[in-house]
Amino acid sequence: MKIKTLLSATALACSLSASNAYAEDLTLCWAAWDPANALVELSKDFESKSGHKMHFEFVPWPNFADRMLNELNSGGKLCDLMIGDSQWIGGAAESGHYVKLNDFFDANGIKMDDFVPATVIGYSEWPKNTPNYWALPAFGDVVGWTYRKDWFARPELQAEFKTKYGRELVAPATFAELKDIAAFFQNRTIDGKTVYGASIYTERGSEGITMGAMDVLYSFGFKYDNPKKPYEMAGFVNSPGAVAGLEFYKALYDCCTPPGSSNGYMGEGIDAFKSGQVALQMNFAFTWPGFEADPNVGGGKTGYLVNPAGPSGEKFAQLGGQGISVVSYSTKQDAALEYIKWFAQPDVQQKWWKAGGFSCLRSVVEAADFATSQPYAQTFLDSMAIVRDFWAEPSYATLLQDTQKRFHDYVVAGKGTAQEALDGLVEDWAKTFKDDGKV
Amino acid sequence: MLNTMTERVAKVTPLAAVRRIRGLSDRTIAWIFVAPTIFLLLAINIFPLVWTIRLSLTNYRANQPNRPLQWVGLDNYRRILNDSDIWNTMQVTAHFLIWTIVLQVLIGFTLAWLINRKFKGNDLWTTIIVLPMMLSPAVVGNFWTFFYQPQIGIFNYVVAFFAGADPSSFTMIGSVDLAPWSIVIVDTWMWTPFVMLICLAGLRSIPSYIYEAAAIDRASSWRQFWTITIPMVMPFLMLAVLFRGIENFKMFDLVVQLTGGGPGSTTELTSINLKREAFEKWRTGYASAYAIILFVTVFGLASIYVKALNKVKER
Repeated sequence: MKIKTLLSATALACSLSASNAYAEDLTLCWAAWDPANALVELSKDFESKSGHKMHFEFVPWPNFADRMLNELNSGGKLCDLMIGDSQWIGGAAESGHYVKLNDFFDANGIKMDDFVPATVIGYSEWPKNTPNYWALPAFGDVVGWTYRKDWFARPELQAEFKTKYGRELVAPATFAELKDIAAFFQNRTIDGKTVYGASIYTERGSEGITMGAMDVLYSFGFKYDNPKKPYEMAGFVNSPGAVAGLEFYKALYDCCTPPGSSNGYMGEGIDAFKSGQVALQMNFAFTWPGFEADPNVGGGKTGYLVNPAGPSGEKFAQLGGQGISVVSYSTKQDAALEYIKWFAQPDVQQKWWKAGGFSCLRSVVEAADFATSQPYAQTFLDSMAIVRDFWAEPSYATLLQDTQKRFHDYVVAGKGTAQEALDGLVEDWAKTFKDDGKV
Repeated sequence: MLNTMTERVAKVTPLAAVRRIRGLSDRTIAWIFVAPTIFLLLAINIFPLVWTIRLSLTNYRANQPNRPLQWVGLDNYRRILNDSDIWNTMQVTAHFLIWTIVLQVLIGFTLAWLINRKFKGNDLWTTIIVLPMMLSPAVVGNFWTFFYQPQIGIFNYVVAFFAGADPSSFTMIGSVDLAPWSIVIVDTWMWTPFVMLICLAGLRSIPSYIYEAAAIDRASSWRQFWTITIPMVMPFLMLAVLFRGIENFKMFDLVVQLTGGGPGSTTELTSINLKREAFEKWRTGYASAYAIILFVTVFGLASIYVKALNKVKER
């Protein structure tokens, strides 16, 4: 009897181990935010279909780059899959952190033409505008604005605004109009509470103020370099338009933000808007599903706005979002590629959008019912059509930190002029590119 | 009969081992005992230092391991010493260091002097006063950002109550003028108890008969304070200054959590600046040179200070 029991136990153990022969424990690394929670839920489908077990390593945004770039640079094996920021792509490709995916895409019928072009360039390609793919576009994101539709609709405020500015209190079409509206709401009492004009990005430590200021500067004429001569920056980074854009951003910070807004990024913006502190809020599109579901600002109280136009009518927006890559140091690359193959499927992408993830697949975002599927869907589409992104060079971190310092020194600390800040930025960036041997 | 420990150990030691040990000199045995410590010291302290010096002479970037390594000689050192931003962070650090030490010594000594007097609830007050230094600096930095919040922060409300101003009319961590003081206030709040404890130890080490003798000689309390208390507590005070000086020169967590070095670079201490160069800009060679310069500075200043401290002790 004992022998029989032993034999059957051994047989059971053998059969279990045989069925899990190819099952792997995969770890996906990303930022700790709402879309990551949605991905955890979505990934259960992958687990049930593949037999692989998914683990997640999520790091809050302010420490995300620090933590994950350290992981990649040290050849760490923690992450098998990385949803890394768009700016990492150059460094990760050139340093060999990511697996090149061209052959895998070809073998599995994954076509980059099926994805929104801006996301392919932004999240997957290195060098840019070449068919070398290091990631699958995973999460489309862009900076836009939200505004309190319910406040804008109040007759007494509409009348007062019209008397003061000679036009209707409606969503702003230009940055000049946006500033007027923000100034109009600044220190106003609404429902017994003091409210303020706008929440904008001012964070110093990681990338906040750069994302915010660039979001404005693009529409004022800022360019990273000469389109005809790469890395020639003088006259483009510090053009008169760019200077006017940075002056505008400082003016908006000085006139119309809540007190104590000297170091705010995505989280602080969400808090300010949800708590009814501000009339307008700059933030990435990923925050929008959260506003719709919020008891204070959801249910039609929030309007969504594509970045307004600059003085010459030009209109651009700062790209956010990320692609998903396979980490080259992973010992489970086959299983990780299986995940990417699963994630690229149209039905999974459809579920991803419904769960709160911003899909980059054209069949999802170009579907007839997409624009009306959520109140912010059309704004997201329109915004994704006008994106610009920060440098994605291997030295992006140095370029970014120089920008953070120059912008924060001018906008928040009030040191020097916008012209000096941008002239200084040209010098900083030129030094970095010289060190890299690019100029 | 085995009387001594030595005899007992000799008895139980195997003969082969005894023969081996007999062949070793005292000096060799001493080396055997010291060797593990020396090895650890070399591995943990000396090797990284030598490696850092080596990196400081290159253009190495830890985030681009495939990039060819170039020897740049003393170029990194030259760039650092000519960089106005780095001198600015040195000034910020000096402001922070000087004011925190001055305030902590003054308040810490005063508190110690008061606590040293016999009164009811003496122990309870001591416990309450030392609570801040038991907290994590990151936690302290985090909750002080709320205290300093212009709309809901208790600090603004208290100041506004006494000044008769609107609490949201000023911002401690968003203002270029006030931000350097905001970090001084928090560090002083947190670490004054530490200085107080050291001073208290000093005060309690003074024998009471010295004061009794001075009283017999009709020395006034003022005179006793300056000729007995201060000189006898001075070595303790100097030790407290040394500890706080070294700690605050490498201050990082509290200030990062509180201001992130901002607004602009107004509260960017050298340690924060160094971290940005090393792990955000990834200019590893440059940051290594920066670290070496800071190491030499702290080591040099600390050595001079310790010599002065020893002289005071000898008096």
